[in-house]
Amino acid sequence: MSPTIAVSGLAKRFGDLQAVQDVSLVVQPGELFGVLGPNGAGKSTTIRMLCGVIDPSAGSGTVLGLDLLRESEAIKRGIGYMTQSFSLYADLSVGENLRFWAGVHGLGFLRIGPRIREQLARYQLDARIDQIAGTLSGGWRQRLALACATIHQPRLLVLDEPTAGVDPVSRREFWQLIGQLVRAGTTVLCSTHYMDEAEHFDRLAFIFQGRLVGTGTPAELAAAAHLHVGEGELADAAAVAGALAADPRVVEAAVHGRSLRVIARDPAALPAGLNPIRTTIEDAFVAATRA
Amino acid sequence: MNRVLAIAWKELMHLRRDRLSLAMVILLPTVQFLLFGFAIDTDVRHVPLAILDRDPSPASRDLVRRLEATTYYRTAGAVATYAEADRAMREGKVGAVLVIPPGFAAASVGERTRQVQLLVDGSDPMTVGATTGAASGLAASLEADRLQIVVDLRYNPQQISAVYIVPGLVGVILTFTLVLMTSLAIARERERGTIEGLVVSPVKSWELIAGKLAPYVVIGYVQMTLVLVLGALLFGIRPGPGVGGLYAVALLFIGANLAVGLVFSTLARTQGQAMQLAVFFLLPNILLSGFMFPIAAMPDGIRQLTEILPLTHFLRVVRGIILKGATLADLWPEIAALAGLLAGLLVVATLRVRRRLA
Repeated sequence: MSPTIAVSGLAKRFGDLQAVQDVSLVVQPGELFGVLGPNGAGKSTTIRMLCGVIDPSAGSGTVLGLDLLRESEAIKRGIGYMTQSFSLYADLSVGENLRFWAGVHGLGFLRIGPRIREQLARYQLDARIDQIAGTLSGGWRQRLALACATIHQPRLLVLDEPTAGVDPVSRREFWQLIGQLVRAGTTVLCSTHYMDEAEHFDRLAFIFQGRLVGTGTPAELAAAAHLHVGEGELADAAAVAGALAADPRVVEAAVHGRSLRVIARDPAALPAGLNPIRTTIEDAFVAATRA
Repeated sequence: MNRVLAIAWKELMHLRRDRLSLAMVILLPTVQFLLFGFAIDTDVRHVPLAILDRDPSPASRDLVRRLEATTYYRTAGAVATYAEADRAMREGKVGAVLVIPPGFAAASVGERTRQVQLLVDGSDPMTVGATTGAASGLAASLEADRLQIVVDLRYNPQQISAVYIVPGLVGVILTFTLVLMTSLAIARERERGTIEGLVVSPVKSWELIAGKLAPYVVIGYVQMTLVLVLGALLFGIRPGPGVGGLYAVALLFIGANLAVGLVFSTLARTQGQAMQLAVFFLLPNILLSGFMFPIAAMPDGIRQLTEILPLTHFLRVVRGIILKGATLADLWPEIAALAGLLAGLLVVATLRVRRRLA
């Protein structure tokens, strides 16, 4: 099967600002692919280029088998999209929001009714069909936004920071819903700046200052960083951390009360008394941005 | 006190980053001062005058020169027949017609009192006041010459101002509400972040425009009907058989206003800004369109400026049809102007919305 997304050398320049540079990605059908990076790293710009909303300054590729430059309208029809702001109309009811997005995506008159009922059932929104969207709590708003973004059964679902500002319980529920969609065969491309969400992804890409600084499965990225992480309680944690800061082999030495956590590129650089622990995606990301 | 200063400083910083509001702070009073300070003159002068000269002679030319010398009239051309004079007035090309009867010059050497007739467009009360005043003043000064000027008011002969105002209100109310409502259309989407979803959706800019405007076209017709019905019930102003044509032309006018609102909407970042822009647009419409003050009284430059307001043209249509019984054929220059304005505004609106969607 041909990849859902295959782009190479994507770049975007806004005046003097090089927002994105040399981004090459391949996302396979059915993958849950993450784009991780801090705010302002170029995640949204990359996603908007992939959705055919803005033209890249350089680079080329295909999304859903369609040419990114010449067939952007067709790409827009094939994807579902959800942002942090959810694109919900706060003064419309749950049912009216679904109906609006069904209409926007060009669902036929006869298909709209059944599709809305399907989505209401899948996202357990039946009881709230007449509730005004603005009065929904964060978690329910997120469900509705997802229901709207998938109303036209897109093969590719693009999520731009979908969990930003959402409470932890709702975030967990959200990832379960995304998991269901992926198991049903939808390809999902999702950006986030929450490093602790990295484990949800099949594969992910680190983006920092407009460049890709690593691609792979979470385990691959953690392993490829070749890091040695140690953690433990030391009486003079702050003093040890201060001494380590000057060591070029040490990526980061963080003090939390009496506890010290050190990320190093060389096991010899870890001070005595720390227990080795597993390298997290966050550690790998920090190391990638300090390379 | 420090807190007050801090807040004041913060507000200035907001303004500094918000160029549109900053521009409005400066431009709004400046432009209004310039426009209204110079344009508004209730002392109506330079009313366009047609001459129906049945006795071309040095005496008749002398009379025309004297009328012009009062500065209340500006000769707009000659007409050959009463029918032509009527048409010029119905089309709004002239505000008055001077009729010089046959034998005018010959009578000037005799002993008889001579009469000339001044037909005045009574659908515009301010013009009536100024022109008839000037004419009787002139007649008084010419009494030694035994010249009488007989003023004949056409349309609205009783000079009821409601008759003049109500048809105009149709246009003003449409401008008010339609521009204000559509100015919020895109700005609201931006402010609430819902435009993000539309940007990635397959919706095209013209689809967004059409979808946003369609409901307001209906609203516009409802408002127009309401004003016309109230005008008939309360003031006995019967629109007459031309009302079908009025509804047809209204589509151009409603569309032009909606396009203006939409352009504002794409310029503004917030609903508040959009509303400011709309209000900024409404004031010149009220003051310069001929709704309250005759355009004929405005100086050169301003008079041409009034032609870019859709309301100016629509008012001529509405008054022409309701007060003068004009037909669409009489009013074709106004209709063409409205169509041109609508086309231009739609192009600008589409380009702006396309930019907003990217």
